Amino acid sequence: MLELDKLVTLIHSTLADAIDIEWLVKLIEYVLIGVGFLALYAVLALILILLERKICAYFQCRLGPTRVGPWGLIQPIADMVKILLKEIIKIDKTDWILFKVAPFIVIMGSFCTFGALQFGKGICGVDFNVGLFYMIAISSLGVIGILLAGWASNNKYTLIGAMRSGAQLVSYELSAGIALLTMVVLSGSLQLSEIIEGQAKAWYIFQAPLPAFIAFIIYLIAGHAETNRGPFDLPEAESELTAGYHTEYSGIQFGFFYLAEYLNMFIIAGIATMVFLGGYQPFQINAEWAEGFNNIMAYIPTWAWFFGKVFGLILLSLWVRWTFPRLRIDQLLKLEWKILMPISLLNLLLMSVWVLIF
Amino acid sequence: MELFSANSIIFFLLATIILVFGVISVTTTKILRAATSLFFVLFAIAGLYLFLSYDFIAAVQLSVYAGGIVVLFVFAILLVKNLGEETEKVSCQKKLVGGIAAAAGVIVSLITIFKYGFIINESADAIAETVKMQTVGETLMGVDQYQYLLPFEASSILLLACIIGSVVVAQKNKEEKR
Repeated sequence: MLELDKLVTLIHSTLADAIDIEWLVKLIEYVLIGVGFLALYAVLALILILLERKICAYFQCRLGPTRVGPWGLIQPIADMVKILLKEIIKIDKTDWILFKVAPFIVIMGSFCTFGALQFGKGICGVDFNVGLFYMIAISSLGVIGILLAGWASNNKYTLIGAMRSGAQLVSYELSAGIALLTMVVLSGSLQLSEIIEGQAKAWYIFQAPLPAFIAFIIYLIAGHAETNRGPFDLPEAESELTAGYHTEYSGIQFGFFYLAEYLNMFIIAGIATMVFLGGYQPFQINAEWAEGFNNIMAYIPTWAWFFGKVFGLILLSLWVRWTFPRLRIDQLLKLEWKILMPISLLNLLLMSVWVLIF
Repeated sequence: MELFSANSIIFFLLATIILVFGVISVTTTKILRAATSLFFVLFAIAGLYLFLSYDFIAAVQLSVYAGGIVVLFVFAILLVKNLGEETEKVSCQKKLVGGIAAAAGVIVSLITIFKYGFIINESADAIAETVKMQTVGETLMGVDQYQYLLPFEASSILLLACIIGSVVVAQKNKEEKR
């Protein structure tokens, strides 16, 4: 079992003994937490990149990377080294300040959201009492980075890609937010730990089967669109726009966009897991005969539950990405404003009635 | 306030970010750079709210100002022609009026600050406890004393009028094209 409490108390007591100044101890601890999260962020990105390449290959009846390491396991590390060694090309006639700032804004928005995820019981960066609202708010900052990147590159492809991406992200945020709001009505709290604790007996998707399931589907579609992937990858439609808003970027600057895209997929899956599928709570059957089963399920560590569910949802997302053809921009906006939005608003009403009655 | 407590360091860090980017956002001649530095100012202000344990206001600041308003600004700038051209020089008269308005703002703020003395908490732990989300919701939706249903609904009517107005304006242009 992974028990972080003991490790944390050990580090804290050692530091407090060694250093007298209170704020220095705090600072060192914050930096340690930050480094821990950065490491997790990077490692998850490597795992996700390998998964994507392998699963995509199987969907297309190929083998994917096989040469570097067994089953191509070391391939993402080789990719990482390559991207770190690449030259960062300086381009003339660009707004160089904004050009350099843009990838950082994108990755900042993604990383700040990442810090609020609950990876297991008590394993999280921050637990605000408005946690879910904070996540929705801060994940919407990435769009500024995308718009700036598209404009600062001084290239028509990047500009079109950025405008498409902006329109898409701003629209799909609405139904994603309303779908989450529907679940907040059920849970009665915005604090992520409380939302997850409320699902100890049954996950929310089973507590209010109809409205929660509709909200789950809507959130999956809207969240998937927010990651700029799959059938919604208009902003970087390679056959029309070269590579969309990050056409002009190279080396690690491109790497930042790449990383943020993969981690956004993880974050969307993580939020869906926490709000709909019980987060780190084990699967429980609320009946007397199932007591033994419940105990076995509860024995599996909480972080394993979280990562298991998240990777399940990521598999779903990859499946969608490599199966459906790309949407046109008018179809994309019609799907959001004429289909998803009305359904999610009605669903919010349905959930409120459901909560009042049951 | 001690000069080297964690609180004061965080405060001065945030204040420096706000001031530096605030000055950049009004002095730069490129309009998109101004919008970007405004984004950093608003982001750091959200940090100040977090520092005061006003989690809800911080999240609202992030979603409405940093995430919403700045995105709208950037969108509007990108949609307008002559991207990235230097902004035109401001005339002397405008400078004078602007200066007077700014000075008036500073004077009002200073009077407020000096008239209502702040309570200085010596201990570092004296920062207010986080306001419960339930309290925020009841205050926004209640009709008792110190509850604000009427302003809340009035502002929602204003927003609705804005949305309908923008739709009407957009529709008009479409018909003219035909």
